[in-house]
Amino acid sequence: MNIPFTAQLINMCAALLLLIAFAMLSQRRILSLINLFALQGLILSFSTAVVAYTTSQHHLYTSAALTLLLKVIVLPLILHRLIRKLNIKWDVETMFNIPTIMLIGLALVVFAFNLAAPISQMAGTVTKSTLGIAMASVLLSFLMMITRSKAVPQVVGFLAMENGLFFAATSATYGMPLVVELGIALDVLVGMFILGIFFFQIRVAFDSLDLKHMEKLKED
Amino acid sequence: MEIFLVLLIPLLGGLMLAAFGTRSYAPELNSAMSFCTFAAAVALTVRVISSGSFSVWDEQFFVDAFNVFLVALTAFVGFTTSLFSRPYMRIEQHHGKLTVNMLRLYYSMYQLFSFTMLLALLTNNMGILWVAMEAATLTTVLLVSLYRTPASIEAAWKYFILCGVGLAQALFGTILLYFAAEKILGAGGNALLWTHLNEVKAQLEPTVLSLSFVFLLVGYGTKVGLAPLHNWLPDAHAEGPTPVSAVLSGLLLNVALYAVVRSKVLVDGALGSHFAGNFMMGFGLLSVVMAAFFLSRQKDVKRMFAYSSIEHMGLMTFAFGMGGPVATFAGLLHMTVHSLTKSAIFFAVGHAAQKSGTQLMEGIRGLIKTNPTIGWGLALGALAILGMPPFGVFTSEFMILTTAMHSYPWTMPFLLIALGVAFASIFGRVQLMVFGETSGVRLPHPPALIPVFVHLGLVLLLGLYIPPYLAAWYRQATALIG
Repeated sequence: MNIPFTAQLINMCAALLLLIAFAMLSQRRILSLINLFALQGLILSFSTAVVAYTTSQHHLYTSAALTLLLKVIVLPLILHRLIRKLNIKWDVETMFNIPTIMLIGLALVVFAFNLAAPISQMAGTVTKSTLGIAMASVLLSFLMMITRSKAVPQVVGFLAMENGLFFAATSATYGMPLVVELGIALDVLVGMFILGIFFFQIRVAFDSLDLKHMEKLKED
Repeated sequence: MEIFLVLLIPLLGGLMLAAFGTRSYAPELNSAMSFCTFAAAVALTVRVISSGSFSVWDEQFFVDAFNVFLVALTAFVGFTTSLFSRPYMRIEQHHGKLTVNMLRLYYSMYQLFSFTMLLALLTNNMGILWVAMEAATLTTVLLVSLYRTPASIEAAWKYFILCGVGLAQALFGTILLYFAAEKILGAGGNALLWTHLNEVKAQLEPTVLSLSFVFLLVGYGTKVGLAPLHNWLPDAHAEGPTPVSAVLSGLLLNVALYAVVRSKVLVDGALGSHFAGNFMMGFGLLSVVMAAFFLSRQKDVKRMFAYSSIEHMGLMTFAFGMGGPVATFAGLLHMTVHSLTKSAIFFAVGHAAQKSGTQLMEGIRGLIKTNPTIGWGLALGALAILGMPPFGVFTSEFMILTTAMHSYPWTMPFLLIALGVAFASIFGRVQLMVFGETSGVRLPHPPALIPVFVHLGLVLLLGLYIPPYLAAWYRQATALIG
């Protein structure tokens, strides 16, 4: 079977994205987590550009550039500044049962591939085989948000989930209409600023960014 | 033209209040902007009633009977809430809970929040609808944590994360919708326009659409506060400032439900079955039952009414799920009366809590002795929300229940027991708060209770007599939803 070079490139990017999703799941250092997030954005942007080149969908170049700007440069920069200001740059989270989490992650990947199979059969895109990976990375980011108890890693998980959704949009339909993508990017950016303010509020109120302190509001 | 005014005024208001929010006239400016928005919304409504639905700016914005009624409602409640918040926020400042800068944030975000809701209602693009819903979350997060107390920050964090994750599901649903639409309508911006989708809905791929609807329902349903995704709602309502609770309950939940109903119309057309309706009925019924039982265990008055909102949103979702002319009509009417009544209750509750210095119900007693207007407002509001005739909530609940009895008799025990439990718990507690002995003091500023009685008057009017043009308007909207 002869697969064109660009398709192989896209598949490799998808595989790398999945690998990064797993790496993020098990990464305990906040600093490395942010770097992984930036790397994820970079690969995403690169693969979008490759898809744009292969299919000559010119609007995808714009979204690739947007991803590069927002998720590789601006958001990691804000996150780096935040952790420096909050003085948690070298924080290491204590996480238990990383092997169990990884096993759950594996099960999620299988589930995602099964869920994506009927849709990718219908898709007419060259990237249809990567839809399963996109869904898997969404679910893995979701798992990451559940397993973390600190504010910054939860937010990184949230942003990684948005990356996964973006990848899903690219692989199923060559990206959403441009105006929608711009709107989503604006929301993500504004959300990041608000979260930045929010981290400081949390720290002032709880003296730490550990969300374990947040368990007052419960139904008894 | 009117559409742009409706959107432009709150956006401009947000920017102006960000600049001048610290001045002494900021509350008046906030009310004035909200009033202008309301006036523009009225003009828009008049135009839609006289000349029917239309779209502008390359069909990016679209108005029909369904969304114009929500635009009018949103602008109206937005305006009355701004009137209420004027003395309310002054009293909070007087009590030392808020600084001038926090107030600036509040006024500015209040306007931007109105803008995002109106944008969500008026846009024709399902993608922009998602963007506006997410923006509505973002603008309210900092409002929920306005007091900067640990509890309010926890509530806001929960709100942000849960709604963010929920809306991510809705984004995936939108991607799937686009995936199905692109095959028929071709790639590009037009494939997500609701009017275009509505024309070709019978040709859309059924499997993809059903999967897409599940994601959209779960996503926007989180925002509607449907069980079991409702966890953020009571916390955000109880810990945020009361005007924010009023607009969250009265408006934001409606807008989220609007998004669900718009998606349902498309899915119904593509599937030709009752698939979407069944899902909505299930979620709705679960929310009604679950909320009623949680409601009976609350100690905080705002939490209790927040659970009551979950209950009523569940009832509306159930009504839209049943479908058909009567149930949909009832759903729309219930949206209107619930939004008016619940915001009125929050206004009264807000002042009652300020007066007693606590939100705990055991600390609020004898309102009718010290502030008779607050006491009457709360008592009448509670009777209205509990569905006592002659208030409008009775009419809509009666229509929902009779339709359910006719088409889905097995739901009756659940609905009746839930409504009964809710009635008993709210009625018993409100009675103690309104009557009973008290040693409370009067408020430093006169409370703003005109909005309470205006809202309750409208609800009473809708219960006794629905003007013919209003009924015709609801019927038009019902025909659109089907």
